[in-house]
This record gives sequence, structure tokens and C-alpha cells, in this order.
Amino acid sequence: MKKFIKKSPWILHYDGSSCNGCDIEVLACLTPLYDVERFGVINTGNPKHADILLITGSVNEQNIEVVKQLYEQMAEPKVVVAIGICAATGGIFADCYNIIGGVNKVLPVDLYVPGCAARPEAIIDGVVKAIEILEKKQETARVKN
Amino acid sequence: MIILKIIAIIILAPVIGGLLTGMDRVISARMQGRFGPPLLQPFYDVFKLLQKESIEVNMMHRFYVYISLIFVIFTTVIMLLGGDILLAIFVLTLGSIFFVLGGYASNSPYSLVGSERELLQMMAYEPMVLLVSVGLYYVDKSFYITQIISSKMPAIIYLPGVFAGLLFILTFKLRKSPFDLSMSHHGHQEIVKGITTEYSGKDLAVIEITHWYETVIAFVLVYIFFATASNFSHFIAIGVCGVVYLLEIIIDNAFARVKWQMALKSAWIVTGILAAVNLIVLSFIK
Amino acid sequence: MNLVAILMLFPLIASGVIFLVRNDYARNVIVRISACITGILSLVVVYVNFKQGLALSFKYEHIIDYCIMAASILIAVYVIYTGMKNKKYFAVVFAAVQTPLMIWFELTYKHGIEIHNDIIFDKLSAIMVLIVGLIGSLICLYAVGYMKWYHIHHDEYKERKSFFFAVLFLFISAMTGLVLSNSLTFMYFCWEVTSLSSFLLIGYTKTEEAKNNAFRALTINLGGGLAFAVAVVMIGINFKTLELSTLINMKPELMVLIPVFLLAIAALTKSAQLPFSSWLLGAMVAPTPSSALLHSATMVKAGVYLIIRLAPLLGTTSVGRIITLIGSVTFLVTSLFAISQSDAKKILAYSTIANLGLIVTCASTGTQESLWAAILLMIFHSVSKSLLFLSVGSTEHQIGSRNVEDMDILMNVSRRLSLYMIIGIAGMFLAPFGMLISKWVAMKAFIDSDNILTVMILAYGSAATLFYWTKWMGKLISNANRKEKIEHSFHIDEEFPIFIQAALTVVSCFAFPLISKYALVPFLSGVFGQATIPIDTSDVKIMLIMLSMLIILPISFSPIYKKDKRRIVPIYMAGENAGDNENFHGAMGVTRKVELRNWYIDNYFGNNKFYFWSNIIAVAILCVGAALMIWGGII
Repeated sequence: MKKFIKKSPWILHYDGSSCNGCDIEVLACLTPLYDVERFGVINTGNPKHADILLITGSVNEQNIEVVKQLYEQMAEPKVVVAIGICAATGGIFADCYNIIGGVNKVLPVDLYVPGCAARPEAIIDGVVKAIEILEKKQETARVKN
Repeated sequence: MIILKIIAIIILAPVIGGLLTGMDRVISARMQGRFGPPLLQPFYDVFKLLQKESIEVNMMHRFYVYISLIFVIFTTVIMLLGGDILLAIFVLTLGSIFFVLGGYASNSPYSLVGSERELLQMMAYEPMVLLVSVGLYYVDKSFYITQIISSKMPAIIYLPGVFAGLLFILTFKLRKSPFDLSMSHHGHQEIVKGITTEYSGKDLAVIEITHWYETVIAFVLVYIFFATASNFSHFIAIGVCGVVYLLEIIIDNAFARVKWQMALKSAWIVTGILAAVNLIVLSFIK
Repeated sequence: MNLVAILMLFPLIASGVIFLVRNDYARNVIVRISACITGILSLVVVYVNFKQGLALSFKYEHIIDYCIMAASILIAVYVIYTGMKNKKYFAVVFAAVQTPLMIWFELTYKHGIEIHNDIIFDKLSAIMVLIVGLIGSLICLYAVGYMKWYHIHHDEYKERKSFFFAVLFLFISAMTGLVLSNSLTFMYFCWEVTSLSSFLLIGYTKTEEAKNNAFRALTINLGGGLAFAVAVVMIGINFKTLELSTLINMKPELMVLIPVFLLAIAALTKSAQLPFSSWLLGAMVAPTPSSALLHSATMVKAGVYLIIRLAPLLGTTSVGRIITLIGSVTFLVTSLFAISQSDAKKILAYSTIANLGLIVTCASTGTQESLWAAILLMIFHSVSKSLLFLSVGSTEHQIGSRNVEDMDILMNVSRRLSLYMIIGIAGMFLAPFGMLISKWVAMKAFIDSDNILTVMILAYGSAATLFYWTKWMGKLISNANRKEKIEHSFHIDEEFPIFIQAALTVVSCFAFPLISKYALVPFLSGVFGQATIPIDTSDVKIMLIMLSMLIILPISFSPIYKKDKRRIVPIYMAGENAGDNENFHGAMGVTRKVELRNWYIDNYFGNNKFYFWSNIIAVAILCVGAALMIWGGII
């Protein structure tokens, strides 16, 4: 049975403690100039509907539980994409008192898109690669069952 | 013979509904200056959803959407076989109520608000839908679709007001702005995903398929106004359906969502005026 | 002695016996046995007389007349006395005018009038006898268990349980007499006894509020009784007849229409239509069995029953148009009002008034189809509404509240009770249950008689009913997980009648083609000369399929549930779920409880101004209609 996850990856966009720079770039991908809906991507706001979790910004004391909950409420197969340098390592805020670090402190990150702010082209590139990872995950899940 | 027809309806109607939804997305995207997804995107969405992991919030809430689907299929079969239109509307109401109950059953804040809004939408469009069937009965002396569409004159000649009212509430039925309060296919995330918030995977796919059937049902209602005994009229009727759909897409892209007060008031006032005037004028002509 | 006479007299005797027995245990046994005998008697009477029908005349007419006169005087004296004591002067005036009027009439003119048939038992009477007998006895059975716990929970009220049950049985006796009688004077007497029973039951708790509401009910019903009395006197003097069957065969000229109009006013007061609705809403302070029996299933049906009987004289006559308009306005206004209520008994009261308005509209439209719809509506409404009232009563005992917003824990506390309540609610408005079938035929009947306004009102009213019932049903299936475990089990005393009624609701929906074929169509053929079932057989088949699906599908889903092992995830609360699906992490680090409430759209539909203007409109319709009727009759 052919797998359709690559034709219709739905994203959940979550802002950790981002300065909103990467968020604006993510939303720019949905605009006519970059139009990521060509790939069937829809920005759902709901973890239960989403396949890809796009996280911008780092993880701090307040949102560490939230991020865990959102990830838990997503259905398999799912991937986590860390957008921007803050999501990867904490960025320039890494030494702040409230910042725990990048998203990989909480979740298993599948893909990093570096940049400050990450460019829409890079984000789209990252999403496309994440879709391939999703596909592989679905294959292994099928083989396991 | 009739079994074959029923099976054909059950299989083909969602295909048509899905294609219509796909066309909607492509045309909306082009209107917004974008390229848009492929035409078959809704089908890819549904297949993907069917292949996702099954998760649930509690044991009960997904049961309701399956029952809702069964009754909506029932409605489609009744309508496309030319049966009793008022009965079909009652069965559709039953299916919609199960959908609303699903929102309650998950006991979640967002789906509760979605359910209340969905109920309000139903309350807003129900009078008009009932008056459509009453109007058609008044003109053609029968509730049966086979008889309504085999008369000499198309029903639109006698029921222009009722048809205009139907067009107004069609926006509710197709879940388009400005009346898409309870859940929305677009990125409107006012109450997250509204009534469908707690669903995922197969259950969400079932909801999507239910909406394809509902789209077909909505257009059958439009179709009935234009079909007559002649074969040519069927082409005209389908053409009108296409024009109406285009109009709905334009309205969807042009208007923002309204508050529930405006939705209820406008629907009831439009229904009252258009349907009342039309039917009263008819009662004098007859 | 005739079975029918036994049917009428047995509850009366039971009432007397129960009143005298003070021992709780003995009295409960007597009540249960009497209730069962009443139910069985009703079934037997209907079974024996169904095919042939029956027309009887009282044997000892004069003695019975004098007994009735004596009873009326006693009742009037009692009403005047309590009215004066409580300063309710309207009631006093009404009683003081109508009883002497009737006595004078009995002593003078009535001797010259011969009544051929005091009692007529046709198919419609059979239906009414079954409703009163079966549902009445089930409610009496329920009341035994209910009243015990009622007084345990409310020890501030004085315990008068013997009195309560005695009045219940007195009422059943009077109601049976009412639906069987063809003599207008006998019907009038039974009518007044039901008003009295209602008064006694509403005032049961003797609180200030209860007493005021009881007097309001009494006053409005006595006003209706006065109209009834005047109508009877007019008919007796002008036409030298006192039989209902003769009256409805007369031509609708002015001197006939005026008494018919007065009789209709009496019916409107009894069935709490606008502008007379306030008494029924106030009557909800009474204990639940009386709300179920009198104020939803039976007593208020007396009014619509009278209108159904009078249907040949309504229809397109001026009186008919007035009553149709009142009925439809009542239906719309009270349906909209019910949206804003959260007290379950108030919702049920408004719904009752609305459905009675619909029955009045159907009956008053006067065509064969609309009468079919009216009678069917009456049957299904009695069954479903009494089920709902009894369920609400038990719910009040279980969770201590009758607010719909508190009922989301009901599934956790008592799964069967919430299931019965869901069946009751479904029976009120959902396809393919009986009420929906009746509404369907009603819609068809209205449009067939070119009644555009009524059709539109029905469409809007149906939309409103959908809203408030589904809201309630949603709360019931919510299965909220609250930690408080309420320790009160669902007693067999209360469960057994509720279960029977739930079964009746479902069975009667399956059986409606049979009810139509064997009872309704013959009755309507008698009235109209020719009658057919207004729904096609193909539609009937589809609805029976739907009903079966509604029953089979939930059951068939259970094995799927047992097998399916899905991962349970928390509810989406923007990721701030505290883990138990009931609380979330709010701002400032505070953990807050989630509270989910329905919409009540108070500022549109709960407005007192809205209600006030509806009453004004109803009064205007009655006055203008009466004026037009008289003017039209004179010129």
C-alpha cells in the first residue's frame, strides 16, 4: 500500500522562546511568494492533526512541559524540525538564566535548520528533507508491524 | 439493480465531493496569487490520515463521527435515488447532531466551543432548509425528488426567493467564511480546530469524508431547482452548480468570519423575508 | 356494573382508602397495588371495547347529578375559604360566579334536556384512557420511592404523603372521567376536579412560593372553568343539548362559534398556552411525580383533547384561525425561551407548552392530516415527557441538582439513568422517533391548507428545539470525570417505571404504523368520512430501518471497543494540560479548573421583555379575533 505521508505533511508551528524572527520566516513560507501549500503542507494549530513539529526558539523552564505535551499528543509517524539557531543550541540566549537549551534537551530532533533568522528557502528545504525522514519512519514502522 | 445504484452512489459521491474540495483549494490559491496544491490533494490528505497512528482522548468520542458518517451516507443515497427530500433532511440533521455530540463527548474546551457554534449554525440554517423542501412541495405537490425534477418547469421559476435564501445558507452548509464558525479548513485557528480538535488519524479522515458527502448533498439541493423533464436542463443545472460553487469560493475568500450573533441574525432574517415573501406570493398565484 | 364505570370509580375509592391509611409501609403497598390495578384495568377496558366502541348513559342520572352538585358546592366553598384566607380574590370571584351559575342551570334548564349518551368510548378515548391509565399508574409506582427520598432530603417540608397519593388517584379518576365523557356538564365537573387536584399538589410543600404558584394555577384554571361554564350554559339554553357529539356536528354559525370559542379558551388555559402560560412554569415547584403526571403527560392534555374533539368546528372558521395562531405563536415563543433555561424542569415545562402549542395548531387546522399529526404528537409527547420528568426527579436525588450544567457527571454516577434520559430526549425531537414523524406530517398538513405563516413558525420552532435538546444531550454524554463520588444508588422503585417508559418510547416508535392503521385512521374516517395514513409506506420503511440502525449500531460498536487498544493522549489545552484532563496551568503559575458550560443566549431569548411582548401579542390575537368573529357573524 503506497504511503501518502509525503504528499500531505501537516505542520504544527510552535514558538518556544523565539524572538519571533524565525516565526515570521516560517509564516512567510505560507505566503504566495514561497507557497509551501504546493507540497500539500497545511499549518494546523493542533498537535493531533500534525505530522511535523516546527519549533523555533529555545526551551525554557516554562515551556518544557508544554513542548513535551505537544509532542506526546502528536500521532506517529512524526518528526521534529528545529528552526533557527536558538532551537538548535540556544543561540545567543544560551547563557540566560531561564534558557535550558535547544529543543534536543526535551525532544528527539530529526532535523536542524540553522540561521538567525532561518531563511524561507532553507525552511522549505528543511521541510522537504523532513518529509523524506517521515517517509522512512513510516517504512520502518510498517516493517516492524 | 438498485443495490448496484446504491453502491455506485456510496463510492462515487465522496470522489466527486473530494474533487470539488480540491478544486476549491486550487481556485482559492490562484485567487491569492499562489500556485496551490495538486487537484487530488484532499484524497492524499485522507489517505495519509488513514495511515497515521490511532490515538484518542477517551473511549467514546470517536464513535459519534462514525455514526454521523453512516447517516450522512444514508442521506446521500436517499437524495440521489430521488427519494423524499424532507426525510433526507431529517436524516441529515440526525447525522449532524451526532457530529455535534462527538464534540461534547471529548470533554475538551475547544471542541465544546466548536460544538456550541456548530449547533448555532444548525439552528441558523435549519429553517431555510425546511422551507426549501416545503417550497418545492408547494410547487410540485410532492416531496419526492424524482417527481420534483420531472416537472415541466424548473422550480426556480416559482421559487426565486427560496433559492436566494438557499444560496445564503449554502455558505453555512459548505463551511465557508463568513459562516465557518465551528471548524475551518483554512488556517483560521481562532478556536484551534474547533469541533475537530480532539480527533486525529482515521477519525479525522472520516470527518473529512463526511464533509465530501455533505458537499454533494448541498449541491443536490441547488440542482433540484433547475432540473426538469428535459435532458438539456440537467446540463444547465450542473452548470448552475458550478457557478454557485465559484460564487461560494469568491465569498469565502472575500469575507472574514463573522460573530455568532451576526450569523444567527442574518440567517434568520434572510430566511424569514425571502421565504415568506416567495411563499405568500405563490399562495396568491395558485 | 360496567367495566368503564369501574375504571372511573376505582381510583376514586383507592384515593379515599389511601388518604385514611397513615402507616407508611401499608400505604406504599396499597398504592403499588392500586396503581397496578389501574393500569391493568385500563388495558382491559381498551382491549374489550376497542373494536366496537361504546356509548353509555348513566343509569341513575338524577342521583349522580345531585352528587355532582353537592361536590361542586363543597369544592367552591373550600376554594372561597382558602382564597379569602390567602387574599387571592380572583380565585374567589371565579369560583363564586361559576358554581352558582352551573347550579342554577342544573336546577332550571337542564331538566328539559335529555342526554342520550353520557359516555362515549371511541378510538380516541381508547388512546387517552391508555395514556392516563398506563402512564398514570407508572408515575404512581415511581412516586412511592421518590416521595420517601424527597422527604429525607427535604426534611423542612411537612410530610403529607397520604394526602399526596390520595390526590394523585383522585386526579386519575377525574381525568379518566373527562376523556370518557360526552356530557358537557360531567366533563365540566371532571375538569374542575383536575384544576383542584393541580392546586392541591402544587401547594404540597406549603412554602410561600408554592402557595402563590398554586393559587396562580387555580386562578387561571378557574378562569378557564368559568368560560367552560358559560359555554355549557349557552349551548344548553340555545340548542337544548349538552352532548359533545351533537355539538361538533352543528353548523358553524355565530351562536355555535361563541360557545366553541369559550370552550377553546378553557382548553387554552388548561394547556397553558400564551397568554396563560405562567401557571405551568410556576407549577414546577411541585414534587416531580405531580409535574410528570399533571403538568406534562395528562392534565394539560385535557385541553388539547378538547380542541381535538372540537376540530370539525375549528379549521377555517374564525375561531379555528384564532386558535391556530395562538398555538403557533406559543410554540415559537416558548421554544425560543427554552434555549435560555438551565433548570431542567423549566426546560421541560417550556418544551411541554411548546409541544402543546404545536398540538393545538395541528388540531385547530382541522384537516384529516393535521389531526393525525395532533393525536400522534399527543401520544409520543406524553410518553417521552413523563420519562424525562421522572428521570430528572431521580437525577435530582442522585447528584443533588437539577441544573443541566451539573449533569455532565451523570454518566459516571449512574450510567443507566443517563441512558434513559438520552432516550427521552431523543424521543422528543430526533428522527426517526415519533415526535419527528408528527412534525413532518404537521408541516405537510399546514402547507396543504395554504397556511404559510404556520409553516414558517414550525420551521423556526423546530430549529430552536434542536438547539436546546442537543445542548442537554451533549452534557449527558460528556462523562466528565469529577472526583466526588456521590453515594446514592438508583433504586428499583424509581428505575422500574423509568425503564418501562423508556421501552415504551422505543416500542411506540416501531409501532406507530400499527397505531395509525388500527386507531387513528378509523377514528379519522369517522370524523372526516375518509382517511389515509399521510406518510408513504416507503418512507415508513426507511424510518424503521433508521430506528433499527440507531439501536443496533451502538451495540455493535462495543466489541470493537474491547479489542481496539489505542494510545490515550491528554486533551489539547494548548499544551498546558495538568495531566488529569480537568485542570490546566494558567497564568502566574496557578493551576485552574476547566469549566465547560453551554450557551444560553440570554440576552436574546431570556429577556423578560421578550416574554412580556409575546403575552401582549397573544392577548391581542384573542381580543381582535373575538371581535372579528362576532362582527363577521353579525353582518
